Amino acid sequence: MALLQISEPGQSPAPHARKFVAGIDLGTTNSLIATVRDGEVAVLADAAGEVLLPSVVRFHDDTRVTVGREAQDAEIADPLNTIASVKRLMGRGRADISESPYRLAADTQGMVRIETVAGGKTPVEVSAHVLAALKARLEETLGGPLSGAVITVPAYFDEAQRQATKDAARLAGIEVLRLLNEPTAAAVAYGLDRNPEGLYCIYDLGGGTFDVSLLRLSQGVFEVLATGGDAALGGDDMDAAVVALWMARGARAGTPEEQRRLLRLARSARERLTVETETTIDVEPIYSGRLTRADLDAAIDPLIERTLAACRRVLKDAGVKIADVGAVVLVGGATRTPRVRERVGTLFRKTPLHDIDPDRVVAVGAARQADLLAGNAGAADMLLLDVIPLSLGIEIMGGLSEKIIPRNSPIPASRAQEFTTYKDGQGALAIHVVQGERDLVSDCRSLARFELRGIPPMVAGAARIRVTFQVDADGLLNVSAREMISGVESAVTVKPSFGLSDTEIERMLKESIASAEADAASRALRELQVEADRMMEAVGAALAADPDLLAAGEREVIARHLAALKTARDGADGPRIREAITALDHASAAFAARRMDAGLERAMKGRSVTEFG
Amino acid sequence: MAVTLTENAARHVQRSLDKRGRGAGLRLGVRTSGCSGMAYVLEYADQVAPEDCVFESHGIKVLVDPKSLVYLDGTILDYTREGLNEGFRFQNPNQKETCGCGESFTV
Repeated sequence: MALLQISEPGQSPAPHARKFVAGIDLGTTNSLIATVRDGEVAVLADAAGEVLLPSVVRFHDDTRVTVGREAQDAEIADPLNTIASVKRLMGRGRADISESPYRLAADTQGMVRIETVAGGKTPVEVSAHVLAALKARLEETLGGPLSGAVITVPAYFDEAQRQATKDAARLAGIEVLRLLNEPTAAAVAYGLDRNPEGLYCIYDLGGGTFDVSLLRLSQGVFEVLATGGDAALGGDDMDAAVVALWMARGARAGTPEEQRRLLRLARSARERLTVETETTIDVEPIYSGRLTRADLDAAIDPLIERTLAACRRVLKDAGVKIADVGAVVLVGGATRTPRVRERVGTLFRKTPLHDIDPDRVVAVGAARQADLLAGNAGAADMLLLDVIPLSLGIEIMGGLSEKIIPRNSPIPASRAQEFTTYKDGQGALAIHVVQGERDLVSDCRSLARFELRGIPPMVAGAARIRVTFQVDADGLLNVSAREMISGVESAVTVKPSFGLSDTEIERMLKESIASAEADAASRALRELQVEADRMMEAVGAALAADPDLLAAGEREVIARHLAALKTARDGADGPRIREAITALDHASAAFAARRMDAGLERAMKGRSVTEFG
Repeated sequence: MAVTLTENAARHVQRSLDKRGRGAGLRLGVRTSGCSGMAYVLEYADQVAPEDCVFESHGIKVLVDPKSLVYLDGTILDYTREGLNEGFRFQNPNQKETCGCGESFTV
């Protein structure tokens, strides 16, 4: 019979309704899965007691697939079919990747594929194998099916990379409760989300990558203020620095195998030096000698300095002073090195948080979040909120979309922007709310239309209309428009994700990436057309207002250029519209100058010169 | 009338209670639902209800409401490991059969 766990009072699950949810840290080098049992986060180990699953997948010619340690052991023997660090390829097109140890090809959509003995494999498929291995571990451990998971992604992942991660989960048969930013998960693991607000710095030094993120917590939302780092800096580089030191001291490692052996020794020496102050290495005839904590510190200091420089840059980008940072969280195995802790502590002038195993802290935070989302935890815990999947904006002149809230903004969100009128005496403004990444409104999704009426008569450009977008915690969008001078107001409420399925969002995003250039060209054309319209409108109004200021034959010349511009504007030839605008501008310049003089004369009539002094 | 914990189960409950930081004891019970009629309840207890029967087992206070006790009398709660899975198991002499998955039972 099933084994039971202790529940919170009144929350015993009904039989067969027991839901196992998990947090998954899908890492570049290693992946982990954690779950909440008896109110405690447990990071699950495999049968051998190993918690870290190397994110390595090997494809065999007989359709067998091995994942983890076993695959990793085959990396040297079977390099082309053993895929490691696939996270770097997620959501990437073939064109985005310059070099790779694997045979890469592009599929029909331009997404990258890895050629293996078992055929072409996408990064999504490779990641799915890693996720499936973790899912199997959880189901074996808990004795029931995994019903959902929170999966962590780097804060800098774009929508395509996030979508690829979701696709991998779907392929592995895992329902994604939410994707969570890795630094946010680390902050959650330390319970920083229970604070009312604050600024936190997450320092993540892994095996091969360094990421630093600055988070701001306010009203239960972690906002990523800035990220930085180095995609090729980590514990591996520290090992290399130690080996370089040994080589300088006379180590002789000629073959690649000897090099690898020294690197492994460097790693274990580094690990020993986290507790000891001195260690000896004896692998005659390659090398034998002593390594002190001071030696190690001197060897890795230049690397640590690079990470600290990245931290300072991130703080500068966000305009934040070191004293404003409330806490620093250490993530990643390389942060066990005492020197790293010490120097990070010196930079931020406070002891960094490091009580939770830095390899596990992200998975621990993800598991807590999963537990919350599944409704297992008490109501006292705040839920981290979602982000807006696609940008929200309004239609502006020329059928262009002006983005007001960019995608990936955490909700609730509120942004405002000011617009103005286009025509003299314009009494109303039609507001068309759209969602999407494309530049043309016709390529975006229309969400709502409403009108702001009762704008007092003013010349074009004088009215100040503030359009405010507010998305509340339930994802409801409220758009309001207010003319600031007269105070007239109008508003509409829509649900932005209404009717937009995941696949639709994905399609819209892919289109926006694929058609970025075409969009830029049509945006430029539309802008020229709008400029032409404005020009024709202004010249037409001037002709009607001051016909007596026209010189003989001038009206005909201007009219001819007006007609030419009208024809050009209705075509799609940008340079021709630009030419016609310039021509009309030249033809009407003298007339415009006379109008300005006349206007000035009218204004000055009857006043003495001193009044203008 | 009694309900007891094995030493192993008691140790695990004590550890869980310590980590949780509060709790008057452990509540065992049954409720009707599930494919075979009844399901076990295993919860932390924050309060002792006036009608609760209280047993002390290896230092753990075990609370059972009188209605549940009818079905649980003589039960031993054990903590075991099966492969990678570990958790509590009810050894209930009143239990006649369980459904396939073992989450519910009949008496």
